[in-house]
Amino acid sequence: MLAHIWSHFDYWAMIFLAMAGLFIVIARGNLIKKLVGLGIFQTSVYLLYVAPGKIVGGTAPIVAEGFRVYSNPLPHVLILTAIVVGVATLALGLALVVRIREAYDSIEEDEILRRDQAPDGGGEA
Amino acid sequence: MNLAAHLPALQVVLPLAAAPLAVLLRGRGAAFMLVTLAAWAAFAVSILLWLQVNASGPISYALGSWAPPWGIEYRVDSLSALLLMLVCGIAAVVLPYARASIERELRQDVHYLFYAMFALCLAGLAGIAITGDAFNLFVFLEISSLSSYVLIALGRDRRALVAAYQYLIMGTIGATFIVVGVGLLYLKTGTLNLADMGVRLQEMTSHRPVLAALAFLTVGISLKLALFPLHQWLPNAYAYAPSAVSAFLAATATKVSVYALLRFYFSVFGETAVFKRLPMEDLMLILALAGMFVASAVAIFQHDLKRLFAYSSVAQVGYIVLGISFDSVTGLTATIAHLVNHAVTKGGLFLLLGAVMAGMGGTTLARVHGIGRVMPLTAFGIVLCGLGLIGVPGTAGFVSKWYLILAALEKGQWWLVFLIVASSLLAVAYVWRFVEAAYFHAPRADLAAVREAPAGLAIPAWTLVGATIWFGLDTSVTVGSAARAAAMLLGTGAP
Repeated sequence: MLAHIWSHFDYWAMIFLAMAGLFIVIARGNLIKKLVGLGIFQTSVYLLYVAPGKIVGGTAPIVAEGFRVYSNPLPHVLILTAIVVGVATLALGLALVVRIREAYDSIEEDEILRRDQAPDGGGEA
Repeated sequence: MNLAAHLPALQVVLPLAAAPLAVLLRGRGAAFMLVTLAAWAAFAVSILLWLQVNASGPISYALGSWAPPWGIEYRVDSLSALLLMLVCGIAAVVLPYARASIERELRQDVHYLFYAMFALCLAGLAGIAITGDAFNLFVFLEISSLSSYVLIALGRDRRALVAAYQYLIMGTIGATFIVVGVGLLYLKTGTLNLADMGVRLQEMTSHRPVLAALAFLTVGISLKLALFPLHQWLPNAYAYAPSAVSAFLAATATKVSVYALLRFYFSVFGETAVFKRLPMEDLMLILALAGMFVASAVAIFQHDLKRLFAYSSVAQVGYIVLGISFDSVTGLTATIAHLVNHAVTKGGLFLLLGAVMAGMGGTTLARVHGIGRVMPLTAFGIVLCGLGLIGVPGTAGFVSKWYLILAALEKGQWWLVFLIVASSLLAVAYVWRFVEAAYFHAPRADLAAVREAPAGLAIPAWTLVGATIWFGLDTSVTVGSAARAAAMLLGTGAP
């Protein structure tokens, strides 16, 4: 069992990070902390792609004398794209939090919901 | 160089290039002209592609001349051609409306950014429908999602910011689930080309990573298409976004996600793997029915028309998914036809609600009292679209519900027919709430002098209302294309 976990440790790391990130998104009321959790959740997936791309003893995929085992470069390129998407998402998320703080003077989820309920009891915006 | 051979690339490149150019131009008039021209050109391209697919079968386009499955392939078949036409057509109608609408709803200095975001969103949605590459699909999904978060956050109400934030969190979780699913499939098959993936998965559909990939993709895409109970982001996002954005997203965003689901289920995993070996039929049936009833019931008790019809969208997604759960040609025909019919109806409805917003200053039921007297045309249009949502004969909604009922009878599930009719009665109830407010109450004193909506708002809205009626009477485009696409997905007809 332990040997099995050890030989797949990159997957276990990915599962742990994904669950930790998702937990933070769900459990925390602070909008910034939620984004941190979301970032961890997204990062865990990078590991799922990048780790299997590496083969022990593998080299860069360039045809050369004496090398027969190559690592797959494609996952890294894909994740480069995913990282860019992640950065854009985080930047947009933080920008929204700045605007939310300007409008509500708070970045706590329950506080924001409470402030929206107070002024318009009748549903008239 | 033969331009006609590069139509699939132009489909995405036109709006994608228009977005940064619109930012560079800065002037709101110039940005509007540029993005509208790009959207109209994209609509023309999509019509040409549709004609070409109908005449000579699916088109495969090797991006950068790298042959698939190694390079990225753009693939247009009867299903994607219909979706492209829908997305670009709605964008072409909504953009002229947006000019008149954001004049009232947005600060002038952000107008050019609005057009840039709109063009990006269109490029992303068109990209999802046209690409034949799994990772490319994710990237386009994120392009359309990120731009739609921005578009929603532009809403006047501060709650738009919170709605956009919530949509960002939910949407990113959904997109990440999709990447996990694609990653697992890539690890198993070593390819990202959807068609190639489908071939290689044939022998390993019961392997555990493949089943896990199916689960991740189902949950991820269901979040994006707002399948009950993953719809929490939708009502607020549609309710507080600017009117033009509500209309565009309600008509296209969830529909394109349904397309992605169909693509993965039928072209990648294959119908047997999803529906014959797993209890997906029952699962989707239950979720669809729950969505149809719960969301319609919640819609009845809303105070705001935009929220009311946003909940109705969740219910209509239920009908769309119900068609998938039948796993038959008739069921899929109903699904695909309802994609188009509901997009046109709900798009028209949200455009008219934008006109109400412009005239009455809000869309709460208390505010629109007597709108049948002060804005008779707009009120009448909303009632027509409402009839379309209920599924009254002569409107587009009737056609898709008719095929849903046929599909249910085909499977011998006659009890479903009663449920479909019963859920339509709930739709009668929520549409009636508008009718009661519009025609059986006197207008508020301060709103009695309100005039009919200006032509800039009314003409695009009535174009879609007209399409709702047209698709209810002449079904050759909608049901014809849908039947061809359904036969292609199930492999029973020519592609």
